[in-house]
Amino acid sequence: MGRATNMTEQTQSYLFLAVLLGVAVAFPLVMLGVARLWATVYSPAKPGPAKAAPYECGLESTGDAWVQLRSGYYLYAIVFLIFDVEALLLLPFAVAFTSLPVGAFVAILVFLLLLVEGLVWAWQKGVLEWN
Amino acid sequence: MNEGLRSELSKQGVFTTTLQELYNWGRSNSVWPLNFGLACCAIEMIAASMARFDISRFGSEVFRPSPRQADLMIVAGTVTKKMAPLVVRLYNQMPAPKYVIAMGACAISGGPFKQGYNVLKGIDRYLPVDVHIPGCPPRPEALLHALITLQEKMRGEPLAGPAPARHADPSAPGEYPVPAYGPYDLTPAKNDELWRPAPLPRGE
Repeated sequence: MGRATNMTEQTQSYLFLAVLLGVAVAFPLVMLGVARLWATVYSPAKPGPAKAAPYECGLESTGDAWVQLRSGYYLYAIVFLIFDVEALLLLPFAVAFTSLPVGAFVAILVFLLLLVEGLVWAWQKGVLEWN
Repeated sequence: MNEGLRSELSKQGVFTTTLQELYNWGRSNSVWPLNFGLACCAIEMIAASMARFDISRFGSEVFRPSPRQADLMIVAGTVTKKMAPLVVRLYNQMPAPKYVIAMGACAISGGPFKQGYNVLKGIDRYLPVDVHIPGCPPRPEALLHALITLQEKMRGEPLAGPAPARHADPSAPGEYPVPAYGPYDLTPAKNDELWRPAPLPRGE
């Protein structure tokens, strides 16, 4: 008996979730339905080639949207990343340069050496030659 | 409901309206212009949108960068013949209901460049212009006045009946022909369906 009452209370305490779900589904459906009804009655659809065309500031779009880039560009991306990360870390290094202990100085030099090594590798590979 | 009963009710404090009036009132107070300027008039349009003149008092501050979201095209400036096809195409890409304000002497007639070879002599040769604003350039107040005039026009537009609004008329065209930029002039030079100037009496 007591258990059954408990169950009912539990069911009722979660009833509002079901009500909210119903409202959440019904509200946009009613809105969209009214808008659709209004459009069919008062605003007949007039599609056309220009209206359906992609918007490019009034110009007609030319060519294919699926442009392929050379996969060889990954090397430029890598070299850019080297300079990018280097600059990011060199700035705080330069600011704190005078107060750095020797250990930190050596650590940043090793880091720089690693990046410069990569740069030398890329240079030797001929990546920096623009063609 | 006739007008007499309506005014009688409003005297008693009962406000009545119709679905059409409610709809027109709503849309006339949120006319979103296309973010698009062609020449110096665009500077005045920008001034109208800023704090001093504040076009947002009239619900039109939302300048949309895409025609898909715009209701109003403010042709602000000189329409060169090279630009005219783009303007017409942009208008075509706007969803209905859509309106056009021709702002300034250039947009309504070619203005000081009317005798030139490369300026369109009024955008109303290709587009259905709702409000013309004279001036070179018109002041922001003039643009606000044009907007209010357009709002009044929108509020009076019937949605059904013998002469409905442009967007509610199934027989009205959804797109206007885009002219081509040819070697000498735009072809066609005007939209004959749209541009019917009154004949000039000559001779006599």
